[in-house]
Amino acid sequence: MTAQPTPWDADANGWFGDSSGQQWGGRYMPEALVAALDELTVAWQDAMADETFLADFDAILRDYANVPSPLYEAGRLSELVGCRVLLKREDLNHTGAHKVRNVLGQALLTRRMGKTRVIAETGAGQHGVATATAAAYFGLDCTVYMGSVDMKRQALNVVRMRLLGARVVPVDTGSGTLKDAINEAFRDWVASVDHTAYLFGTAAGPHPFPSMVRDFARGIGDEARAQCLDTYGVLPDAVAACVGGGSNAIGLFQAFLGDEGVEIHGFEPGGDGVETGRHAATIHAGADGVLHGARTFVLQDDEGQTIESHSISAGLDYPGVGPQHAHLAASGRATYTPVTDAEAMEALALLSRTEGIIPAIESAHAVAGALEVAKRLAAEKGPDAIMLVNLSGRGDKDMETALEWFGLGTEK
Amino acid sequence: MTSRGVSVAFEKARADGRAALVGYLPAGFPTVAGGIAALRAMVDAGCDVIEVGLPYSDPVMDGPTIQRAAQQALEAGVRIRDVLATVEAVAATGTPTLVMTYWNPVERYGVDRFATDLADVGGAGLITPDITPDARTDWTVAADAHDLDKVYLVAPSSTDERIAMTVKACRGFVYATAVMGVTGARTTTSDLAGPLVARTKAVTDLPVAVGLGVSNGDQAAEVAAFADGVIVGSAFVRTLLDHADDASAGLTALTTLTADLADGVRRGR
Repeated sequence: MTAQPTPWDADANGWFGDSSGQQWGGRYMPEALVAALDELTVAWQDAMADETFLADFDAILRDYANVPSPLYEAGRLSELVGCRVLLKREDLNHTGAHKVRNVLGQALLTRRMGKTRVIAETGAGQHGVATATAAAYFGLDCTVYMGSVDMKRQALNVVRMRLLGARVVPVDTGSGTLKDAINEAFRDWVASVDHTAYLFGTAAGPHPFPSMVRDFARGIGDEARAQCLDTYGVLPDAVAACVGGGSNAIGLFQAFLGDEGVEIHGFEPGGDGVETGRHAATIHAGADGVLHGARTFVLQDDEGQTIESHSISAGLDYPGVGPQHAHLAASGRATYTPVTDAEAMEALALLSRTEGIIPAIESAHAVAGALEVAKRLAAEKGPDAIMLVNLSGRGDKDMETALEWFGLGTEK
Repeated sequence: MTSRGVSVAFEKARADGRAALVGYLPAGFPTVAGGIAALRAMVDAGCDVIEVGLPYSDPVMDGPTIQRAAQQALEAGVRIRDVLATVEAVAATGTPTLVMTYWNPVERYGVDRFATDLADVGGAGLITPDITPDARTDWTVAADAHDLDKVYLVAPSSTDERIAMTVKACRGFVYATAVMGVTGARTTTSDLAGPLVARTKAVTDLPVAVGLGVSNGDQAAEVAAFADGVIVGSAFVRTLLDHADDASAGLTALTTLTADLADGVRRGR
């Protein structure tokens, strides 16, 4: 089951892209962390080549996390757009999102490396909850760094993490959001690296995180591809996912990169609209730079200071993006398009009412964008065209935002 | 060997039979003019080399004290031209002056442009805490073209191979991080520093300076016993933060601290 390397993978030093052109990723990190990152790289590569580790990972995902998730044909939604819309139901995983795959993989690796403590950053709290869950499962000590602004926005997830036994540390520095929580987690790690693993929440950061997180999330696409072939006998015409840091998206995309006929669409958080400057559409509106250890697209000012991002979805609210996405965008293999807060919320309501599925606002970005693609596919290819969307998480955590956005507090 | 390079200062300290004192403040803190006055006071009271920090939005290697100062400078709108102006004003004293900076601002400004402008104002070079020589940058080429010092860090966790690779890329001195952790004053010096300096000196003739944690003369003396330089940052920043309402009292306290540290680097041998 060991995945074979492809031209879309990073080289041994974590660089994505042809060495004759622009490359993305790498490792821009303090020397103090290089030994730990080297140790992690070796451990991850050994694990990926070890059938026992892979079998353990599959078993935990199956027995504990409800994976593989179903690929569901959304009948009423399909009728609406005129072709098949398939939803990869990652919202049905334990903890309610794709992120459980990554944390169980990294926590299993942590145990294999003999470390006893895990730390994590979290924005919306989803990765923090997933990490606290994995730590409880494996009996690891757990500390989660969370921006103080985000702690107020996502109070329920703070309760969840604490209930699961994690220590949640507020981060007041900078903008008090995800990027600052990442900084604080790195600061912890520099001082604790001998016994602590940093369970990075997305397919970004220094090598090996972009590739390792992708490997733990790639079941999304591997399963979806096989499920689609099994049921329909063909590959989808297009696949789509939302992109913040980009772990659910790269987890889906990886399986389809070699399938030339399959369109690949990433939908970025457009916030109030890219033209307003209040957004998190890093690929669309960012510039080449270095953030959190990788060369990638970064929202930054003319002097390289990181610009605070904005999105209604805390899970996509990040001023950087995973370097493999930067490579897929620059090379043209995948297309990245912004979806505004308003478009995402409209899609959230639509999916709720047509399918009885309340998606996370993150995933609603993918739904919104995918419906537009599906309409085009229907016009070009007819009703048998297949649009496959990763429904990366469920929307329970977002009900306060929905209440405020739609004004649902009183019966009209 | 250039006259503005830091090696001159280290050679002088070595000739005096002592370690060099390296002092740090971020530019624009508490204000651009106030920062220049503070750094000049540190030079007058005995700093041999100055590091001017370039305030950055995501300082992963800094503890709360320096974060706070840098954030204050950024909120006041400090720009790279202010950093360069600070370097120019301090370098004019004849004391070698480096810029300590996270990488992205240099890259965004343009690596060669940064090197050109830094050399133009008399800057000695760069200390780059969040990149290693094997990270892919154009810094080596630019630094060599403008004869600037390149100071990289070694850490207690560095392998001997990585220390050898790092010192080969350094010019000026090698920055040894005494602890596994971020910047900030500590009550005791680290027992990791000595072995790290020994491992580093085994593979280079460059001066090796120790940073992270030193805040008083006694600690400086301890470190000066085995290192060529003692780097102090957070303690200076803390002194200015403690006198935020009274600039002249802040400068007085800064002078007292510098004198204590300067005495320390002379007591160590």
